[in-house]
Amino acid sequence: MVNHKPSYEGCHTIVGGNFDNAGEVSGSIKATLKQMGLPGAVVRRAAMVAYESEINIVSFARKGMIRLHVVTDSILIQAIDEGPGIPDIELAMCPGYSTASAKVKEMGFGAGMGLCNIKSFSDIFEISSKVGRGTSSK
Amino acid sequence: MTLHEIRELLEAEVVVGEEQLGMEVKTAFVADLMSDVLAHGKPGSLLITGLTNSQVLRTADVSDISAVIIGRGKKLSQETIRLAEMINIPILTTKYILFEIAGKLYSRGIKGCIEKVES
Repeated sequence: MVNHKPSYEGCHTIVGGNFDNAGEVSGSIKATLKQMGLPGAVVRRAAMVAYESEINIVSFARKGMIRLHVVTDSILIQAIDEGPGIPDIELAMCPGYSTASAKVKEMGFGAGMGLCNIKSFSDIFEISSKVGRGTSSK
Repeated sequence: MTLHEIRELLEAEVVVGEEQLGMEVKTAFVADLMSDVLAHGKPGSLLITGLTNSQVLRTADVSDISAVIIGRGKKLSQETIRLAEMINIPILTTKYILFEIAGKLYSRGIKGCIEKVES
């Protein structure tokens, strides 16, 4: 008998500064994972990682993308952007540290919790950044 | 409590989800910071907030919040209402401030979705 495990690979592009549609990509990622029949708690955590990542791209970058890769028992969510980059990642990971604009704060974000949240919702978290080029996390 | 009872208690207007008023809720979370909803909210809880933009609904959707109560008499944009209809999350609006909403619900047995954050 073939052990049929769900697998999926997809990529969504995100336009920086497009606050009206922020969350649309995460919504569709959540729908995809749900459709695959993954457990609700896992889908929820993955959707929250995608959503905070999406908010970061919309808030800070010129453009970016979120890749979703599901194989056997793991979900990889990769957020890659072209933006200003993060000069001091350690500082950016501190709860409460933020460089967000007033517009981002109006949306209910930009309080310096995004990266901490992504890390705490993930089992494994990696981030790298080049100032003036962009940031990548998975 | 059911959303129907909550509507009566808060003299609230049902903006979206009239057909879901039979839904039972036991816990709630109050916040205007959506990152905190993601960090501390629990599936099936009510979200009580003073924000009205579409991110409230997006946040509720990804974190499995069952219904949203908007306080301080805030009005919702058509865009936010359309999004709530699309993702099928009930929204109630009330003129009560968030403290009053929380107090009234607490006195009727609704508890916080967590009591305090872990250190």
